[in-house]
Amino acid sequence: MTKAITHPYLPNTNPEIKAQMLKEIGVESIEELYQTIPEELRYTGKLNIPEALNEFELKREVGNLLQKNKGTNEVISFLGGGCWQHFIPAVCDEIASRAEFVTAYAGDEYEDHGRFQVLFEYQSLLAELLCVDVVNVPTFDWGQAAATAIRMASRLTTKKEALVPKTVAPERLKIIENYCSPDVEIKLINYQEATGELDLTDLKNNISEQTAAIYFENPSYLGFLETQGEEISRIAKESGAITIVGVDPISLGVLESPVQYGADIICGELQPLGNPMNYGGGQSGFIATRDEMEYISEFPSRLFGITPTSQEGEYGFGDVFYDRTSFAKRENGKESVGTQTSMCAITAGVYLALMGPEGMAELGQTIMQRSQYAMKKLNEIEKISPSYFNNVNFKEFVVDFNETGKTVEEINQYLLSKGIYGGIDLSEEFPELGQSALFCVTEVHSKADIDTLAKELRSYL
Amino acid sequence: MQDIKSQKKVRDFHQAKWNEPVIFELHQKGERGVVPPKTEEEIASTVGDGISKLPGHLKRSRAPELPEISQNRVLRHYLRLSQETLGAAFNVEIGQGTCTMKYSPVVNEKLVASEKLRSLHPKQAEETVQGTLKATYELDLYLREISGMDYFSFQPGSGTQALFAMASMVRAYHEANGEGEQRDEIITTIFSHPSQAATAAVKGYKIITLYPDENGFPDLERLKDTVSERTAGFVVANPEDTGIYNSRIKEFTKVVHDAGGICYYDQANANGLLGITRAKEAGFDMCFFNLHKTFSTPHACGGPGSGAIGVVEKLKPYLPKPIIKKQGEKYVLNTDLEHCIGKVRSYYGVAQNIIRAYAWIRSLGPDGLKAVAETAVLNNNYLYSKIKEIKGVDVPYAEGGRLEQVRYSWEPLYQDTGITTEDISRRMADFAHQYWTSHHPYVVPQPFTLEPTESYSKEDLDEYIGSLSHISNEAYTSPEVIRTAPHCSSIHKITTDKYFEDPEHWAITWRAYLKKHVNAKV
Repeated sequence: MTKAITHPYLPNTNPEIKAQMLKEIGVESIEELYQTIPEELRYTGKLNIPEALNEFELKREVGNLLQKNKGTNEVISFLGGGCWQHFIPAVCDEIASRAEFVTAYAGDEYEDHGRFQVLFEYQSLLAELLCVDVVNVPTFDWGQAAATAIRMASRLTTKKEALVPKTVAPERLKIIENYCSPDVEIKLINYQEATGELDLTDLKNNISEQTAAIYFENPSYLGFLETQGEEISRIAKESGAITIVGVDPISLGVLESPVQYGADIICGELQPLGNPMNYGGGQSGFIATRDEMEYISEFPSRLFGITPTSQEGEYGFGDVFYDRTSFAKRENGKESVGTQTSMCAITAGVYLALMGPEGMAELGQTIMQRSQYAMKKLNEIEKISPSYFNNVNFKEFVVDFNETGKTVEEINQYLLSKGIYGGIDLSEEFPELGQSALFCVTEVHSKADIDTLAKELRSYL
Repeated sequence: MQDIKSQKKVRDFHQAKWNEPVIFELHQKGERGVVPPKTEEEIASTVGDGISKLPGHLKRSRAPELPEISQNRVLRHYLRLSQETLGAAFNVEIGQGTCTMKYSPVVNEKLVASEKLRSLHPKQAEETVQGTLKATYELDLYLREISGMDYFSFQPGSGTQALFAMASMVRAYHEANGEGEQRDEIITTIFSHPSQAATAAVKGYKIITLYPDENGFPDLERLKDTVSERTAGFVVANPEDTGIYNSRIKEFTKVVHDAGGICYYDQANANGLLGITRAKEAGFDMCFFNLHKTFSTPHACGGPGSGAIGVVEKLKPYLPKPIIKKQGEKYVLNTDLEHCIGKVRSYYGVAQNIIRAYAWIRSLGPDGLKAVAETAVLNNNYLYSKIKEIKGVDVPYAEGGRLEQVRYSWEPLYQDTGITTEDISRRMADFAHQYWTSHHPYVVPQPFTLEPTESYSKEDLDEYIGSLSHISNEAYTSPEVIRTAPHCSSIHKITTDKYFEDPEHWAITWRAYLKKHVNAKV
């Protein structure tokens, strides 16, 4: 071994300082400080982990590793389904990388006034998009938000069943089912084969006095719009159930808020609002309700509120009704709270502040135009149908490859060889759709990108 | 030239104060912050305006009342608010005990800013994400070394979610063995994160909480009386929030195993233990590490974090899917888990934190990791030896033997002066310090919890000690300055709680504030 170097991250490995500190503590060695750990529990080997790299070596090593990835920025990608490629304004990245925010955690309202204010502002900005008065400090992702919304509804109604359409995103359904068990049973409701929308007859057959909530998504996982929202909410209300709607907030510059068709609780995903996809690491879920005590009481999340301070004209911020939370009440609080996804919410707030009402409207329109253009171009290709369902879509649509004699896997493999990430293969998630794929087209897809996809599909099929 | 005497006992500090309006007040009709991509003419002429296809009732009728603000002003607003946030990069961040606020290396932030990571979609083909999958797989191997466990899942986005996943696995395990109904109790301890109890309760369990014995350890005799055929699991941290290592931990896990329960180890914070002792030898079936604590990934104002769960072989089939597998030279996502609980979080975890933690371990190596633990323990004991000498401080429970953190008490100070730990918290803000009391309930009266980690120098620690000592002195000589604190923060003391506790007053959004407080008065 060469001479020990004081590690740049560990100032007190400096031998002189270490000796001085040990002396002041009154022990001979660090070993003495570990006396409470019995011999039989001591790990005596050397961890089988590669030797330390210095900063230069580390950058090269990790840089080489990341070279093995091929990002969606290097290809044309049509992947969506809950994590979407969108334009990210530079100011979002700038704020999301500020060390003040990146390295803050759970300080109080004085040291971290800025953190409290930006999260209150995020709640407020999203609230305008949703037309509601209460939005939470976010939870992990849309799936968690939906699962918690269902549990909130179950506590509000003291009922133990929730109805969910079969078209719900499979990733989210897995989260919901595990999170709600064993207290709330999830029952799946059929969809209409022609439109993908909820089968109201099946809904009526299944809704009962046991039903705590009906949860549906708009736009749906499969891209089509659920147009019967008002009717669904009415049916729910009649039997004393709560209506929960999951929404992609980026659609709300052009789509009506679910509040307008009867949603009691809205939940959804913040990733599209300025957060990079990060291989799924950019997910963040929100929950929103009316400003009513009975709803607010059921939130497990932190809710930041505004307050005056002892200085005239000064805003302060802090936790509203903290006593609901598990921080205050452990197992007697509402579900649990802890580290969630605040940074994604801060970024989403920056995004909405930049976009403004016009930006959101323009963006929604661009997404609709581009996705309709993609559907039209694909429709020109023989044997494929770019809209499995006869319905209006937002951002995503199911492409039916059943007539092509090729599997989605084969098609995607071919597209990959041409620098295109094809749509999500639905053949396992929705076997009844056969060889179909979910394609996502957003504002980032140029006409040339879409034309390239059409050209490659035509040439392969 | 005059000699500038710069040496002060406490820092002469004032936090940025911008008195920044709430963002809606910056609205100027017609301003724009950014213009999103527009459709090409050719597309528009082919498909029209895109939105007239929408059924009338689904088309937004009123634009959202978002503010209209120029880009420069949006940027300035958020930069100013960032300056009013005391991130760990700016202070001697040892006051948020249990949170392991160590240095998050800047190089790792640069690495994860790569588009090779940021732009990855979770459903892209495995062959196009081999770099990320390899790092995840290798991080799994490193954590196996550190814990002695057999497999890791990185799906949970925090310690709370890891605890929830583990409670779910406990449930699935007993159900698979036909004991799901019968085993309906989970045992935890009071000196633990509230999420231990709360997540198990969500999973339908009755919670039994062990309180400390006179030495501060969870009561072993009580545990023996408590376990039964109803015991599903036992969740515990070691050390707990007190920093005292429970040397009889193996007896605890044995008692629970003998009763047929699963033992899961809350190692959210394992900072004093790397390379020193492992979950496996202490008899645990599962453990989890918070990558945002022990493994340096930044706390991001409260997430996304990462809670990596490790399990022994018999619990592998219950892990949330998928986990990463090496197949020849390729890394693949393995969904073949027989009793899988499903998912707790979308996709595979917080990939950027996996890369950060991987890079952090690579930058330390096996000796460096052990040095981290030893230095964290050295720092804590140094801090402890000084803080217990401060007037008004008490340190409940066992003398000596604290590992990476200590829960202290200002009870003597409170009795002498009436100054509370919350008062001191506000005053610490005046000297650029974070300060945390404890979760509720306060088992230790007037608590405060400090965890110096390995990142801070002796001089840094002396600064923090100096501030506490100074405030103790103030409490005995000029308590008013503490009661009215903060004086050097971005805002002044909040003297009413009605905006947080009274439904008539509270406003969780700006629009609610306008309705309740502004427009209501007009």
